[in-house]
This record gives sequence, C-alpha cells and structure tokens, in this order.
Amino acid sequence: MTISFEGKNLEVPAGISVASALLAGGARDFRSSIVGNAPRAPYCMMGVCFECLLEIDGVPARQSCLITVRDGMKIKQQLGAPELEDINAGVNHE
Amino acid sequence: MSDEIADLVIIGSGPAGMAAACEARSAGLSVVVLDEQQAIGGQIYRRVETAPSSLLEILGKDYTAGQKLIAEFRSSGARCIAGATVWNVTTEGVVNYVTDGHADEISGRFVLLASGAMERPFPIQGWTLPGVMGAGAGQIMLKGAGAVPAEPVILAGCGPLLYLLAWQYIRAGVKIAAVVDTTKRSALFSALRHFVGAVKGWRDLLKGIKLIAAIRRHGVPIYSGATDLAITGIVRAEGIDFKIAGKPQHVAASLVLLHQGVVPNTQLSWSTGAKHRWDDQQLCWQPETDANGRLGDSVIYVAGDSRGIVGANASAVQGRLAALAMARQLGHADTAARVRRLLASLQRYTHVRPFLDTLYRPQQKNRIPDDDVLVCRCEEVTAGQIRKYVELGCKGPNQTKAFGRCGMGPCQGRLCGLTVTEVIAQKREVDPSEVGYYRIRPPIKPILLGTFAE
Amino acid sequence: MSKEQLTVVGGGLVGAAIAYGAARKGAKVRVLDQGDAAFRASRGNFGLVWLSSKGGGMPRYARWTRDAIRQWPELHKELLEVTGVDSGLEQNGGFWLGFSEKEVEKRANLLAKIHDEVGDIPFQMMDHSELKQYLPGIGPKVVGGSFGAHDGHANPLMLLRALHAGLNEKGAEVITGADVVDLQHRENSGFIVTARDGQSWKSDRLVLAAGLGISKLAEKVGLYAPVTTTRGQVLITERLKPFIPYPTNKARQTQEGSVQIGSTSEDVGFDDRTTTDKIEWLAKRAVDTFPSLANARLVRAWGALRPLTPDGYPIYQASEACPGAYAVICHSGVTLASIHASAIGPWMSGLAEAPEEFETFRSERFLDPNASFTNDH
Repeated sequence: MTISFEGKNLEVPAGISVASALLAGGARDFRSSIVGNAPRAPYCMMGVCFECLLEIDGVPARQSCLITVRDGMKIKQQLGAPELEDINAGVNHE
Repeated sequence: MSDEIADLVIIGSGPAGMAAACEARSAGLSVVVLDEQQAIGGQIYRRVETAPSSLLEILGKDYTAGQKLIAEFRSSGARCIAGATVWNVTTEGVVNYVTDGHADEISGRFVLLASGAMERPFPIQGWTLPGVMGAGAGQIMLKGAGAVPAEPVILAGCGPLLYLLAWQYIRAGVKIAAVVDTTKRSALFSALRHFVGAVKGWRDLLKGIKLIAAIRRHGVPIYSGATDLAITGIVRAEGIDFKIAGKPQHVAASLVLLHQGVVPNTQLSWSTGAKHRWDDQQLCWQPETDANGRLGDSVIYVAGDSRGIVGANASAVQGRLAALAMARQLGHADTAARVRRLLASLQRYTHVRPFLDTLYRPQQKNRIPDDDVLVCRCEEVTAGQIRKYVELGCKGPNQTKAFGRCGMGPCQGRLCGLTVTEVIAQKREVDPSEVGYYRIRPPIKPILLGTFAE
Repeated sequence: MSKEQLTVVGGGLVGAAIAYGAARKGAKVRVLDQGDAAFRASRGNFGLVWLSSKGGGMPRYARWTRDAIRQWPELHKELLEVTGVDSGLEQNGGFWLGFSEKEVEKRANLLAKIHDEVGDIPFQMMDHSELKQYLPGIGPKVVGGSFGAHDGHANPLMLLRALHAGLNEKGAEVITGADVVDLQHRENSGFIVTARDGQSWKSDRLVLAAGLGISKLAEKVGLYAPVTTTRGQVLITERLKPFIPYPTNKARQTQEGSVQIGSTSEDVGFDDRTTTDKIEWLAKRAVDTFPSLANARLVRAWGALRPLTPDGYPIYQASEACPGAYAVICHSGVTLASIHASAIGPWMSGLAEAPEEFETFRSERFLDPNASFTNDH
C-alpha cells in the first residue's frame, strides 16, 4: 500500500506500524521536542516513550508505533507542540 | 457506554494474560482480554501467529514457542478486545478503556494486570538522538514488520536480549558494527554465588557463551567491560564513545541499540494505590502481592513481568496460578493438584533469576547519570536539575516533579521514573525505598478529551 | 540582642509566602514541611490570580484580595530577581464563561453588588460574539460571560518553587520531611515543636499554616482553627501551541502550553483520588467551552484537597492564651501570596502591626451559636 510522509509517497507492506514503515523506509526525522526543539525519533516501539509522535491524517501527536498503516495515509512530522485544528476560521466571517 | 460484566478482565495479552485466560476459561469463568496492540501475544510473541517461516527461523524457538500458547488461547473462548487503551482501573474492578476514539467500560469480578515489562531506561549522553533506540525496539521491528536496519548497527549494554538480537541480526544478514558489552568482568564471579541458580542457570549461561562465540565467529567486534558510554552526534546518532579498561574507544554507526534489561511496567498497579517495594536485586519497583498475585484485599491481581521480571515461561505459570486463585473464590474448589504442578514448574523457571540478575546488573553510571544527561525526555530535565531540587529540600519524585516538571510529559514518567528515584536516593544517601515513586493516577495513558464528548 | 526565632509549620503556598515575607524583613525563620507524599493543596491550585466575584458576603475580603492583586507584580518581579524562577504571572484580564442566560444574569448581579459595596472592582458583561473577539476558540454553548481586567493567572508550582528558593536566598531554614505532631507553650520561653520522628525545635514565635492538619495543632496553643476540605479535580493536557489567550474559570492555558481544566469542588473528606465521572464531566465541559480541545490529549488528572473554613473566607488568628502563636487557613494561596508575604509575614514575625480591620478574619466568628455558614460561593 501507499502512504505519504511529508508529501513523499512510500510503498509499504500492509499490517505493520507507521513507525516501523517509516524507519524501514529510511526516515529519521519524526518530530522535534517541545521544550528544546531537539530532533527526536522512535525509541521504544511499544507505546511507552512517546518519541514517535507524528501528525497522522490531520490529527496531531499520534503514537505512530501503535498505529497500523492504511492505504492513502497522510503523515507529517510533529514539530514542537501540537497545534489544534484552527477553529478561528469561522470567527473571521462573523 | 456498555455495562459489560465478566468474571475476569485481563489487561495485556502476553504470556501471563493469555495463560490466565486459558486457565480461567477451563474453570468456567467468563474472560475478556484487553490489549493496546492490534495483535495478541505481547511483546515477546508479537505477531507469532502470522509471521512468515523465514522470520520464525531467524527469531528461533523461544519465539515460536508462543504459537502453542496462542493456539490454546484462541480456542479458549476468551473474548479479546485489541487496540484497547486502558486508562483507568478502579479497586472495585471497573476498567475504562478507549478503542478507536470511543470510550468504554467493563467490570470484572476480578481484574488481572498483566502489562508485562518495558526496557529499562538507559540514560546516557546522547540517548535522545534519532538513531538511538532500545534493542527491544529493534526486535519489535523485526517481529512486527520483518524490518532490519539497512546500515551497520551498534548494540550496546548488557543482558540476554542484547546477544540474542545480535545473533538474530546476523542470521538476517544485518551488519553489526560492534557489540559494546557493559557486563562487568567481575560479575560472573558474583553471580556464581547464587549456587542453585548457577547450577540451573548453567545451561542459560552456556547458551549465552555460545551465542557470544558465534557472534564473534561472524567477525563482529565485541568490546567487553565497557564503561563511560556516550552517544556521539549533534542531530542524529553518529556513533558511540566508551572506555575499555580506562582507554577511550569509538565506534561509528548511524544506529545504536541500547539495552540493559527489562523492568516491570507498573503504571497500572501504582495507579490503583497498591503498595510497591523496591527490589534491590532487580533495581526496580514491584507491587506487593500475596503468593497468587493479589494486591491487598482487592479484586485486582498481577501476574508476569509486571509483578517482577520472571520471563515468559514463569509469567504464563503465574497467570495460571492467579486465575486458579480467582476461580477458587468463585466456587471452583478442586484445584489443588493443578496448583502443585504449576508451583513446581514456576520454581523450575525462576531458579535462574538471581543468577541472571546479578550477572547482568546494569552499571550504576548507566542508571544514575552525570549532571548533564537528560533524565526526563518529555520535559527535558537533567540529572543535575533533579539534584538541585534535592538541595532545595525535595525528598522525593513528587516534589521534584512539582519543582521542575520532571515526569509531567506524555510518557507520564515511564522513561524517567526509575532514574529519578535512584538519582534522588543517591543524592540523599538513602535507600530508593525511602524516596518512593511518582503518584500515578488515571489516565494511565493519555487520552483525547474528545473521547468523552457525545 | 539575638533575633526572635519564627517557626512556620507548613511549607505550602500559604506557609512559604508568610515565611518568605518574614525572612525578607530580616526575621529568623524556620519552615517545617512534610515529605513527598503530603496532601499538598498547592499542587491542586488552579493557578488563578483572581479578584472578580471574591468577597460577595465579606467586603473586607474583597478589599484584601484587591490589594493582593495589586501587589502581585512586585512579588513576581522580586522572586524572579532573587531566585531566577519565573512564577508565571500574567495579569491581562480574565473571563468567567457561562452556559446559560440565567447563570450569566446571576453573575452580573453578584459582580454589581461587590462593585457597589467595595468600589473599584470594575467588570464587563459580554455576550457570545463579544467574548469571541477575545477568545476566538469558544464554542456555541458559551452564551455569555464576564471580563475582569484585573484578573490573571500564575503558575502555582513555579510560585512554590520560587518561594522556597527565595527562602533559601534569604537565609531561612527549610526542614522537609518534618511531620509536626506536638506543640508546647512555655511561659516566657516560647514554643517547643515536635515532629513524629522525635525531632524537636524551640521557637519564640509560631505560625500554623498546616492546611488540613491544622485543627489539632492549633488547639495545643489556644487557637481555634476549624478547617474543612473540598476536593478539587483538575485535568491537564499535553503541551499545545497557544490558543487560549486569557485565563477563564473553566480552562486556562499555561505558559508551558498545557491546558488546565477545572475544577470540581467536592465534599468528600480526606479522599484525594480522582474519579471517572468527574474526569469525564470536566473533559466534556472543556470541549463544550473550547471545541478544538477534543483533539487534545489528557495527560494528567489531579485530585487535591484544599483547606477551607466553614464560610470559605480565610482565618488569620493570633493566640491570646499563647502569645506569639498564629493560625492561618486560606483557600486562595496563589491569589493572596503577595499580601501574605508583604503583610502577614511581617505581622506574625512581630515586625509589623496587624493589617487594619483584621478582626473580621478572626476565627471567633464561627463560635456564634446562632450563626450558620456556607462556603458555597
């Protein structure tokens, strides 16, 4: 199946975690830390360390080691703190 | 929200959870098993049901052994809810969990915590860099995705898993740049003091020696008795610095897998308010239970590695014993013969533990790091900052948390808790048991606020 | 002449602020604080530095709070200079948000009453669209609210750390892990304070700021200190990029980025656990207030027992039987920290007179057999 990471398509086998798929595809830059803006990438691969956080299909800061790849999944780096979906859009029209 | 009630709700589908489910079902109990992962088996038997034969061959027979237990579990009639994030367990047996963004609740007459182990944190300079992972993480990728590193890899630390992974990698054709072994040369002699364990453990030891010899035969450089580990690199791992007999060494590689044993995943048991004791042999917290794994006089039991590291086989036996204890309380009386047999095998499986714990005791410096090393990866708090808070009067991790946010991030202290306890204990010159642990409260995993919205 | 020794029992926000205020005036101060597992109301404080709606039944309390709010910038600046720790003060105004017209009207009446009685506590009522100009993230269920230009927030944990660092800088002695169980008063030779482990200390003066543990200790030195407790449950999210520019009564975004959601007020005795129903209720209410919070992760829930007097207003009481002993019970340890440091510390260490009209806060008010009290305000 095909997933995209930072706009680039990647062919990956079905049934594996997003983190595994990206690491196997050579990705290293998953996210940057919130406090020190330092580069981080998966560490534990079993759901305890929260270093593998990515924006997956528009939802920020998801644990990519616990989520199975799906065809067409759009994945982005998680840079710093999550930004909640901009709900201000409606306000400006008032 | 459903108001389902089961005789037994099990959290975790590793060896302890699956075996408990089988045993409880044989005794006629209704059983529901929750697991955060999508597939059952826990970390040890991850994906063993569907792994291709080439992978089974690489991973070896300790892994394939899981197929038998999984088959028993599949035919047991226990209900399994996969992908379930448990965020709350009450002492009355109510379990709150989330699946697919949906909040749900189930009540058990009994609840078994079988949340297994996690790799012991390995706080050294540079351990937060991309390209540094746990050896367990490497093995999870191998089991879960058949994925192996494309570039040369360094394996550093100590413990059976490290050598096992090296051997598995060699068979999978991975190039290993070096094995940097932190086992102290003197450790074997200390370990041999555990006579019984040593005799029983001789086979394990031989297995280890054979593994190491095999690894060496394949031309992998092995550095023994390494100290002063530090990952090099600015934005990614580039290699590892260490010392052998005081002499500086360096090995370059873009992937470094660290390991210094596993520790119980105790977040759940702590969150129920149960008492825990510091185990000086295994250097970790363990919930205080009765012989069957019961927490106090509650309806909650703990089995397997989350109760103290015992390994897969002993975990399964503990699961069965806990299930039988619960079955007895629900009126299934005739379990005596079965219990005797299980106790005998439990003893057989755990004899070797003290020996292994002593042999692979992680070095102090790799648990209690220097001032400039990050301890809390989420909130980026160093060992030095924690020591400063102790100087300001902090006695324990809850105070250092309040002073410096250490342990307040999304991992909820899982990756820093043990280190913080030991750093404070060392600074105060007291036993870790006097320092205590974080007060763990629900949610024991972060959950979306929207989960509760209608 | 050697200086008089002041011992403060309790190193939470109230005790630490008073001790700091005494130490900075030159008093010889010792603070006795409990260990790692103490109840610690300070950790459950919501962090508002708040004036609006305070003192609806006691104008002196409204004025006291108003003075505290005005003095806060000075305390914040001083602690930052002395200790380098930023207690996170922001005083750009704050909002109370209501879900029903009835609730909003009740609010308007209360604020008007206080403004009339006390003076100089202005407020502004706003409807949904007015609120939205300040808080673009509010959802349709927020029908209206009030704005207090003087309201704001701080970081209770950093404030506590700053006060302790400040005590350190000012030469005060802070002894942690001291669980005080006994007090004795000796005519002409002051007090003897004894901890559970047998340690004891002599002191000329004594301030009891022991929160929930105060009543029994107070009796021993002739003080009446009736204390009850409410449990406040609070939810805290992961750190998020800034999107709530002003603190509100239902949620506030801290400087670190996490959103703090609170808080319940429950009468449950000494049970500081969190409960599933309240966690869910708080989460729902937060999402109703700021709908985008649905995608924010809840990282921690907290249940803290906060001390409260029967009428909800503070007690500041000097002992007549044992001169030099004082009791303090106070629910708003963050808001009042500034004035506890500036006025209460110097008073209780004998370096200044009691603030004017302070008999209002004496605990004798609870001894009137015909009076009835409610702290539900």
